[in-house]
Amino acid sequence: MSEAATEQKQLLKRTSIGFWLYLMTDCLLFASLFATYVVMRDATAGGPSGIDIFEMPLVLAETIILLTSSLACGLALVALATKNMRQLLVTLSLTFMLGAAFLVIEISEFAKLIGEGYGPQASGFLSAFFTLVGTHGAHVFIGLLWLAILFATFIRRGITDKLTRQLTLFGLFWHFLDLIWIFVFTVVYLMEVVT
Amino acid sequence: MLTLDRTIGTHFFTSDMGGNPMMYVNLIWAWGHPEVYILILPAFGVFSEVVSTFSRKRLFGYTSMVIAIMAITLLSFTVWLHHFFTMGAGANVNAFFGIMTMIIAVPTGVKVFNWLFTMFRGRISFKTPMLWFMGFITTFTIGGVTGVLMAVPGIDFQVHNSLFLVAHFHNMIIGGVLFGAFAALAYWWPKFTGFRLHEGLGIAAFWSWLVGFILAFGPLYILGLMGAVRRLDSYDASLGWQGLFIVAGVGVAIILLGVFFQVLQLAYSIWKRKELAVGPDPWDARTLEWAISTPIAEYNFATLDEVHERDAFWAFKQSGKHRSAAYHDITMPKNSGFGVLIAGAAFLVGFAVIWHVWWLAVIAFVVLIVLIICVGMREDIERTIPAERVATIENKLWGHRS
Amino acid sequence: MSPVRYIIGFCLSLALTIVAYVIAVYYPEHQWALALLGLLAVTQLAVQLTYFLHLGEEVGPRLKQLSFLFMAAILMIIIIGSVWIMSNLNERMMHFTPDEKTNYMLKEYDKGF
Repeated sequence: MSEAATEQKQLLKRTSIGFWLYLMTDCLLFASLFATYVVMRDATAGGPSGIDIFEMPLVLAETIILLTSSLACGLALVALATKNMRQLLVTLSLTFMLGAAFLVIEISEFAKLIGEGYGPQASGFLSAFFTLVGTHGAHVFIGLLWLAILFATFIRRGITDKLTRQLTLFGLFWHFLDLIWIFVFTVVYLMEVVT
Repeated sequence: MLTLDRTIGTHFFTSDMGGNPMMYVNLIWAWGHPEVYILILPAFGVFSEVVSTFSRKRLFGYTSMVIAIMAITLLSFTVWLHHFFTMGAGANVNAFFGIMTMIIAVPTGVKVFNWLFTMFRGRISFKTPMLWFMGFITTFTIGGVTGVLMAVPGIDFQVHNSLFLVAHFHNMIIGGVLFGAFAALAYWWPKFTGFRLHEGLGIAAFWSWLVGFILAFGPLYILGLMGAVRRLDSYDASLGWQGLFIVAGVGVAIILLGVFFQVLQLAYSIWKRKELAVGPDPWDARTLEWAISTPIAEYNFATLDEVHERDAFWAFKQSGKHRSAAYHDITMPKNSGFGVLIAGAAFLVGFAVIWHVWWLAVIAFVVLIVLIICVGMREDIERTIPAERVATIENKLWGHRS
Repeated sequence: MSPVRYIIGFCLSLALTIVAYVIAVYYPEHQWALALLGLLAVTQLAVQLTYFLHLGEEVGPRLKQLSFLFMAAILMIIIIGSVWIMSNLNERMMHFTPDEKTNYMLKEYDKGF
């Protein structure tokens, strides 16, 4: 491998370790939100609890959509490595559209609840629910914004070393969001229905 | 979560509607206890450097020092309930956290002994940084054991939120963190300025601080054990505590004298900086930062020599090895104003949210996002200093020396 | 760089998700339901860490693995510790459900502090 290529590889490795450390701290942010949610699960203050307001089929759809978006993102990284421009274009678009679909479903769920008077101000349980799920959704939103900018950079300048680094970091971020969602899905929605 | 409670009316920590104020206490201390270890570990690092330099001996037990730091780091996340022993948890919960709090004293003790063993059979010179270390090792150890005392929940029930507690944490922060900061300032000042701080005034400042601190907080330990509660502005005269409070007041005045000496030391040293000028290695130190020139070149090290042991500079000096003269191109980051701008925008966002100035919060937030996007899109972020220029800078900094 | 890993990871994750969903929605009263859900979540975590995030492929200083393990340890301590402490406190503080606590607070407020 040429010296420049080795240097780029090392730079990518260093940058991705740094970004990984940030992701670990973000996990701890979610840890405190999860802890709060578990503690306040029953603090419904006479209002609705999870069973009353969760629509499970919609949640399953959300989960599968986000998982597929994560797959698309992984395939985009493959396309990046093999310098396949068309595949990169298609997979990045798919990642974005599926991520946006996820957000649309989630926002509609929130809007419906708030419309019925079950917003985050209604009880401790709802505060914890909206904040945990909403924080995850905010991360998804920022990810989509980031992806849009990377997409525009790709259209303008093609595949550069810098774009490779940035897309790799985005990939880490996007997969990590799906990881967090596994636990939101399980702890918030599924475990609510079981207990 | 607290911000959400305060701004949009959520119910995380309210007393009603499903809120739980104790969850705030729980979470804040789950952060707050690791925080105090974040404060003290850098001070420990400073003292490790200072002790080995001024004992002219390498740090004793480096491996155990590192393991102790790792143990402290992990254990510091397991003790937080000791900040609210009295808030109604059961005996099992209190006992667990009490035991963990006592355990965390062990690696700290390992570090104290390692510093002492570093001094043993060393050739100690009591310059100002070393004086701060002596002040630290005595006061911090005493304050530390009062902490182990309070780790016992039964005892903590008596002294929680008393002046005993206040004395303990001031002891740790002043004796530990603050003395560490002062030692660091005295130790590294010559490196980044090229002149040393006046020694006599430094000695005066140290003794004022040490005596003042003992007089100010020693009585508080006694008062706490006698039942004095914290966060009161006055205590009834019939308690007979006035004498001890007066001693504490005298202590504060002596600390003020110490601060006065420090300010004087800074002013005088800067005024007399020509007379106080020193070379790049005024302490005959052991580590690599003393190998570079003062003033320091923007790239720090012109060449990256191979290093084979921990006190590498000391090894270089012993072996009489000279700096290699082969200079290479050095790649440096370009200067940028973005850091300042982003910090400014973030400040405005925080300020606006606190004071509910919503229009400012929104605008500053949008500006912040735009700035971050701009930073991400910069292409031209590095500059190269060619080898010839490095050689010129080095020759100018070192004069005739190689 | 092969797409196969991602496709395997996707299929495994999808299967785990659907199994978890079926258990929760169609067999919620099952004795081991809660534990199984936890197990499935952790398994999917491992699958996604391996196949999507490539954890475990690093050589040399395994910084990603180390930082992940440290984060996981702290995360478990914070969540389990908080849940233990808060449930202990709630249990000992007058056995109120949140609704009872609200009513109690309102009655006390009417009495005037």
